[in-house]
Amino acid sequence: MKEKIVFPKPKVLADSPMHYCPGCQHGTAHKLVAQTLEELNLVEKSICIGSIGCSVFIYNYLLVDTVEAPHGRAPAVATGVKRAKPDKIVFTYQGDGDLASIGLAEIVHCANRGELVTVIFVNNTVYGMTGGQMAPTTMVGQKTTTCPGGRCREREGEPLKMAEMIASLGGTAYAARVAVNNIKNLKKAQKAIANAFKVQVDKLGFGFVEILATCPTNWKMTPLQANKRIEQEMIPYFPLGEFKNCLGENQ
Amino acid sequence: MTKRMFVKGNEAVCWGALAAQCKCYFGYPITPQNDIPEFMSKELPKRGGVFVQAESEIAAANMLLGAVASGVRAMTSSSSPGISLKQEAISYMAGSELPGVIVNMNRGGPGLGDIGPSQGDYFQATKGGGHGDYRLLVLAPGTVQEAYDLTIEAFNLAFKYRNPVMILGDAILGQMKEPITPKDPVIDDSEVHNWCLDGAQNRPSRIIKSLYLEDGALAAHNLKLAKKYEQMAQEEVRFEEFLTNDAELIVVAYGSIGRIVKTTIRKLRQAGHKVGLLRPISLFPFPKEILLSLAKAGKKFLTIEHNLGQMVEDVQLAICKFATTDFYGHLPGNLPTPNDFEQPILNSLEK
Repeated sequence: MKEKIVFPKPKVLADSPMHYCPGCQHGTAHKLVAQTLEELNLVEKSICIGSIGCSVFIYNYLLVDTVEAPHGRAPAVATGVKRAKPDKIVFTYQGDGDLASIGLAEIVHCANRGELVTVIFVNNTVYGMTGGQMAPTTMVGQKTTTCPGGRCREREGEPLKMAEMIASLGGTAYAARVAVNNIKNLKKAQKAIANAFKVQVDKLGFGFVEILATCPTNWKMTPLQANKRIEQEMIPYFPLGEFKNCLGENQ
Repeated sequence: MTKRMFVKGNEAVCWGALAAQCKCYFGYPITPQNDIPEFMSKELPKRGGVFVQAESEIAAANMLLGAVASGVRAMTSSSSPGISLKQEAISYMAGSELPGVIVNMNRGGPGLGDIGPSQGDYFQATKGGGHGDYRLLVLAPGTVQEAYDLTIEAFNLAFKYRNPVMILGDAILGQMKEPITPKDPVIDDSEVHNWCLDGAQNRPSRIIKSLYLEDGALAAHNLKLAKKYEQMAQEEVRFEEFLTNDAELIVVAYGSIGRIVKTTIRKLRQAGHKVGLLRPISLFPFPKEILLSLAKAGKKFLTIEHNLGQMVEDVQLAICKFATTDFYGHLPGNLPTPNDFEQPILNSLEK
């Protein structure tokens, strides 16, 4: 039988195996970003700001110019790159420990200044690379290695809702939360990521997409169970949708 | 020939940065360097440059990291507590071989300290400052003209070595006013295009990073950095020698203190005392060889600092084969005058 590729890989994605665990959705998120860069014809003028966490090796997979930022500082580094080279397309790719904890000041002020950059925020409710510690997005009751009895509202507060927070800022032109747990959500995610880049291209302001993603290893689940958790536990607390959109008719 | 200007040290740093074609400045308010962000917010945009007041010193230093990664000349400035916050990005810039220029107008510490002059940040500036095995190139101006000249140098050296460079001044230098003669330096950053991030067009994508996990990779990277520091030691040592030839006692002092000591030396010379000054201008690389040769010639030494003894360790290390150095530390909280140093110098001379 002759093989025929009906769903090709974006060229800007490296032809190499990824280090992510089975069932991890970083790979899917990488692919969505890669597809967007190609569809909008942005590959050759893109500069990616890598961050600290499981996605620290993004430069091995996404073949665009990349600079590595210290933990949480990617939005500040992105500000520096974009202000120095305003004609380039600048984006960060950050996890929830990086963006919502140590880098909270940087992300809020970057968005509030209306920096013409795009932020891809992967929320898997846990510090993945360091072995599954509590993140600012960890769900109440969720067990991690640093909240072994489960996150407690009275002790640790409630998980931060970043997409809503970012949408409330004047400099933000686009803010959405998406998931990649099924085909319907995947298509919406693709569109949201494209919009978050389009507001940069059109110089409308800051673009932000929060992607709810699995971490089967640190959730101690199978990939299928993890995917189910997105639907059953995460989406009810972290609602999907666009919280701000200054593109076209919504302007 | 540009007209002479009468400016503060802080402003001289700015004029030097503009002459060196600095395109981006990222800052955060802290005394005693506020003239720098204030000046840059007014003057840089007029020249097509960018001024950003960051949300913190941490963010300002990371904005610097981003700007220089794109190959543009950029700068940040602060004073001691703020410089501590910048150390994270400084370490990353050193590890990622990025040419950021950082200005520290040293104030009193530790902690919040005071807002007066101090040289308490010598260790932090010259021994790395942040985490990891790295060095900054550190230049310590003693006059306002030197603040201007060395800022231009700082940009050139940062790009020559792809290494962060620190201008280490203090509250005296930042706040005092002197005439300066501006320059029109020739800037050649053509090599930038070999490494900067400007989009992977007709070339493979580039990575600027400091993470090296593969077996032996970090060791190789650290050795590469060490080679740069060796080259700096060969090519970038700067110092001022004043009346050392026939001197019995060499006073070693840097920055504003070096300049104040120079006046003391002049006065003591008039009274017939054989004293001279060695003023390190590059604190890293440190002027070890000249100190060693002075020690070999049988001189006595006194190190004077505006702290309780930091550079004195480097002086002692440099001369230890042949001599030892006395130390006199001026305490923070006030501005020393040339008279303050007379007796300490005479005490060491008469020993």
